[in-house]
Amino acid sequence: MAVEVRMPTILRKYTSGAKAVEGSGSTVREVIEDLDQRHPGVRGAVVTDGGELHRFINMYLNDEDIRFLGSLETPVSDGDVISILPAVAGG
Amino acid sequence: MRADDILGAIGNTPLVGLPTFGPGSDVKILAKLEGHNPTGSMKDRIALRMIQEAEASGALTPNKIVLEPTSGNTGISLSMICRRKGYRLVCVMPDNVSTERIQLLEMFGTEIVHSPAARGSNGAVALAKEMAADTKYFMPYQYGNEANPRAHYDGTAAEIVRDCPEVDVFVAGLGTGGTLMGCGRRIREHNPNAQIVAAEPEYGELVYGLRNLDEGFIPEIIDMTVMTRRIKVGTEDALRRTRQLVEQEGIFAGISSGAALHVAVRVAEKLSKGTIVVLLPDGGWKYLSTGAYGGDFAAAVKRLEGMLWA
Repeated sequence: MAVEVRMPTILRKYTSGAKAVEGSGSTVREVIEDLDQRHPGVRGAVVTDGGELHRFINMYLNDEDIRFLGSLETPVSDGDVISILPAVAGG
Repeated sequence: MRADDILGAIGNTPLVGLPTFGPGSDVKILAKLEGHNPTGSMKDRIALRMIQEAEASGALTPNKIVLEPTSGNTGISLSMICRRKGYRLVCVMPDNVSTERIQLLEMFGTEIVHSPAARGSNGAVALAKEMAADTKYFMPYQYGNEANPRAHYDGTAAEIVRDCPEVDVFVAGLGTGGTLMGCGRRIREHNPNAQIVAAEPEYGELVYGLRNLDEGFIPEIIDMTVMTRRIKVGTEDALRRTRQLVEQEGIFAGISSGAALHVAVRVAEKLSKGTIVVLLPDGGWKYLSTGAYGGDFAAAVKRLEGMLWA
């Protein structure tokens, strides 16, 4: 499955400045693993050593927060878009 | 409605149908108009509750200065309440908030400490926490104060289940999380199958800046298990819905209201039957200088992109 992954400014140092990169896999975790092959450092920035999504990272699959879907095991389909955003205070 | 003073006029806001947004007669969307509070936002509710609880516990005494990190509405509400009650107030906010907000604070006599825009609202929180080490300050701290969700549990949500006992879905923006926590808990007690949906603002890139991910921030009062879904909304969708609210319903609301409505409409499209209550946190007055409500749409989106519009 080919998936577009949109990177926040802070993570573009791993993607040679690219705002969006392509990854493949059948789950969000597999896409991140795949990205890390070509853009080393991406996985470490968004996934903890314990294999969980980093606390201060929000990841969205087509606008839906993956924490309320299946977290990193959420299945992805061809043409999906994953967006990575840092947690920001509001109010 | 008669009240002893302005603080007695907080809450009891209207819940109105949005007939042009319901996809069919079996799916209804109702909007809770929080812009009807005295300073024009739902933050009046939480600011009052935080001050009242602190007075009752003795944490806030007349010799203390109230200090709060806020990107706007909470500061305006605290300003009004502190003016009424006679407290000095200092607000810490990023440089890039709208000019009306600053004018409103100054009008009430509030002192403003600016934190660098590049570090966003997280920077304002960090700076206020440093300042609060000085015991002359009392910091209500909306992000970690349970009086914030309690104001919604006892107020906003009680009004919603009273006025709309058939509520199936509740949608609100996610900022401190106070609205979603307080309303979510009460509405799920009332209807255990209710969906509690968060609308998360997705700002322009400038707002997220280059800050270190380890400096990230999640308000202490947020319990993720209260929510059932979270959907992000970009500036363009938020502004489009904000303009539609005026054009289709005659409702003049702020940009985060458009974001919440966008999520409500998306949820509605997938429902065959049900009632959705969406909370519109403020009126549009404070956003007029951004040109959000008229003129070229794309240009307005571009201007808003760099701001904290929620």
